[in-house]
Amino acid sequence: MSDIKIVNESRRRFLQGSAGLTLAIYLPGSFAATATAAGTSTAAAPAAATVFEPNAFVRIGEDNTVTIIAKHLEMGQGTYTGLATLVAEELDAAWSQVKVEGAPADAKRYNNLLWGQSQGTGGSTAMANSYEQMRRAGATARFMLIAAAAAEWNVSAKEIVIKNGSVSHAASKHNASFGELATKAAAQPAPEPEDIKLKDTKDFVYIGKQSPRQDSKPKINGSAQYTSDVTLPGMLTAVVARAPRFGASVKSFDATKTKAVQGVVEVVAIPNGVAVLAKDFWAAKKGRDALQVTWDESKAFKLSSSDQLSHYKNLARSPGTVAHKIGDTEKTMGRAAKRLEAAFEFPYLAHASMEPLNCVVKLDSAQCEIWNGEQSQTTDQINVAKYLGIKPEDVKINMLYAGGSFGRRANPRSDYVLEAVQIAKAINGRAPIKMLWTREDDMQAGQYRPMFYHTLRAGLDAQGNLVAWQHRLVGQSILADTAYEEGMKKSGIDFTSVEGAANLPYTIPNQLVDLHTPKYPVPVQWWRSVGSSHTAFSTEVFFDEVAHATGKDPVALRREMLKRQPRHLAVLELAAQKSDWSKPLAAKPGVRRGRGIALHKSFNSVVAEVAEVSVAPDGSFKVDRVVCVVDCGIAINPSIVKAQMEGGIGFGLAAALHGAITFKDGQVEQSNFHDYPVLRMNEMPHVEVHIVPSSTNPSGVGEPGLPPIAPAVANALFAATGKRLRQLPFQTKDLV
Amino acid sequence: MIALTVNGKKVQVDVAPDTPILWVLRDHLALTGTKYSCGIAQCGACTVHLDGEPIRACVTPISVAQGKKISTIEGLNSKVGRAVQTAWEKLEVVQCGYCQSGQIMSAVALLSSNKKPSDADIDSAMHGNLCRCATYQRIRAAIHEAAKQLSPGRHA
Repeated sequence: MSDIKIVNESRRRFLQGSAGLTLAIYLPGSFAATATAAGTSTAAAPAAATVFEPNAFVRIGEDNTVTIIAKHLEMGQGTYTGLATLVAEELDAAWSQVKVEGAPADAKRYNNLLWGQSQGTGGSTAMANSYEQMRRAGATARFMLIAAAAAEWNVSAKEIVIKNGSVSHAASKHNASFGELATKAAAQPAPEPEDIKLKDTKDFVYIGKQSPRQDSKPKINGSAQYTSDVTLPGMLTAVVARAPRFGASVKSFDATKTKAVQGVVEVVAIPNGVAVLAKDFWAAKKGRDALQVTWDESKAFKLSSSDQLSHYKNLARSPGTVAHKIGDTEKTMGRAAKRLEAAFEFPYLAHASMEPLNCVVKLDSAQCEIWNGEQSQTTDQINVAKYLGIKPEDVKINMLYAGGSFGRRANPRSDYVLEAVQIAKAINGRAPIKMLWTREDDMQAGQYRPMFYHTLRAGLDAQGNLVAWQHRLVGQSILADTAYEEGMKKSGIDFTSVEGAANLPYTIPNQLVDLHTPKYPVPVQWWRSVGSSHTAFSTEVFFDEVAHATGKDPVALRREMLKRQPRHLAVLELAAQKSDWSKPLAAKPGVRRGRGIALHKSFNSVVAEVAEVSVAPDGSFKVDRVVCVVDCGIAINPSIVKAQMEGGIGFGLAAALHGAITFKDGQVEQSNFHDYPVLRMNEMPHVEVHIVPSSTNPSGVGEPGLPPIAPAVANALFAATGKRLRQLPFQTKDLV
Repeated sequence: MIALTVNGKKVQVDVAPDTPILWVLRDHLALTGTKYSCGIAQCGACTVHLDGEPIRACVTPISVAQGKKISTIEGLNSKVGRAVQTAWEKLEVVQCGYCQSGQIMSAVALLSSNKKPSDADIDSAMHGNLCRCATYQRIRAAIHEAAKQLSPGRHA
């Protein structure tokens, strides 16, 4: 056994902090009994053909199939393809022989190496944490296949070549497939870690090239299995009536009419409300519609969004907890020749994945089995086990495809997973249950991106240099009251509230960032790009204001202040070049046109976006084109990296144009896509993505495309109209 | 009992006549490729063809389909259907994939009535199909690609 070699410094520090971390990939043979497949329709196929299982991530069958066990959730971000690419690269498998299977919940084997002993997918870490681990898994299998061939053919291992799934020895004219060698490879001793030599980046045949997505076919022919598609013998469908206000509880309920609905089987109280169980969804839904519940709202949240914003504005008048400090901002600001001030408003946002939340649970006396688009295995195992009074390892989780998540399926409180378990428990496990949330449930049950209010001040000296920067943020903490709260105890700062604000890339000699963390009963959670979903907007729009105030070109000022940030600078320069920043935009009759830039680092990747807009006289506008440049380290699959940038831009634009969850007297005002609109095809700009060539380890791509889009569009709208929009979503009346 | 034809097969289902087609397909006929997402005809994830026309299965009661033909993603084997699926795969359209059955059914309906759609035609036919992964740019390109493959005089 050996710890994996960690190349990246920050990662090494993280791992040193997680005591007892061990990796099992050098323990051949110890997992042969656990070929439990999950997540695909082929999962039930006999695994008898598997004869060679060199580690927890690779299985090779006599039929020549190479099965990659994916420890991360495929929720659209391309993880299954990325993980398979890493293994196939070092194994020199043929892409056509590779298939992917979701891993079971087992943090001992499948932990996220950036999360210590916890298994899960998030923070755009799937490739970053797996990059070396998966390649080593492939290289280990390769080593053993070669050893088997050398023994079989009685030749030197050094003379054996593996290419595109074929093992050969030129001099003796021997060749064999992986399948033909599998049985003998399984009998080979595992290599010592130092025997494994990973490829030089210049020799890659899959990484950085384009391997077709592993999940395309099932997703275009309807066979891909999501949680909502699971059917078990005797299964009941559950729909839950939940309180109309956060903090309310069930006082009483009358299920007479519900039970009269044909197909309704049971009606049970659970901590969150009342669950209606029926033979199918439609009966359960009709049963819920007929249910009469009286709620105890004595402790319920009854404020409106305007009240909450007033409170936030009041808080912003006094200093908060310091999150970042350089120099003496107060003193410098006091002496500044010119000062700028601005305030920014951000609403709550729902994730609104296309697949509303759902979860399938089967309970028996000692075990709980779950089918779920599972993003947070270890957390969910712990929370479910605690509720049921069983051991976490007795919570078995089958990971299925998720129809989007954007953070929502990794709830620190396991909210919806636990709700499904509570329903199963309420009927004593008499039937497996499939809990389905309607769109309305999904939109109104909380776990939102927190509402935020920011104030910023900038101080310029007599020469127009930006010498002081003060940023105050007001918003609920995501980590507070969760198992992750420990990380913020010492500083009082939830880093997810200030990320992107407390680590500005610009060289400004005096900086002060502080934070107020009010408590509200509205549950909040990470939403694609987390803190950067608001901090990139305020910082990059305000930076644009500073540029205009000093009469400098926004790219030129960034260039000047990023001299110590070579990665940012390279991204900026490429974005300026590819967007023809120095050339004027072509005019179009009847509209005002403008171009704006924003640059932001998140999840260790740097992204710049240049947006071009056309604004009509009535203030309506279209984002015509977005040029996006990303440095995400080595791009394992460039097509998927581009897709993630396109997707991040579309998701961010949806929020910038339309997204707001608001409250009236404590009730959520939105319920479905008619009043919480998301981006439609006619609103999607033409997006061009350019990837900065790199051979350094991969960093995130799922989230970093999002943060720059809203500020780039706001800056473009300013260029077109001279009007500054500092509130999200944009109010087009402000552009008239 | 309601009699209908689904993907060329005659079936009878014993459900309340107000049951939406979507839930008959999913819960009674085990055709789960058609997805639920909004339930109010706002997102297009449930798009199927009723006698060749795209409809939102989440709001269309099964009684409407009595004696008619329903086609779902599972039954897509027309020339247009195959061209669309091939283009989707070639241009790597899918991300989470949850909306894609509906996107494909809408695209097939578009190309069945309009052999060479413009960007504006595509926006018009497809803007009722939401995709939170924002695969829109690739969907548009894939529809153009499928149209190209289907154009007369082109034999692959």
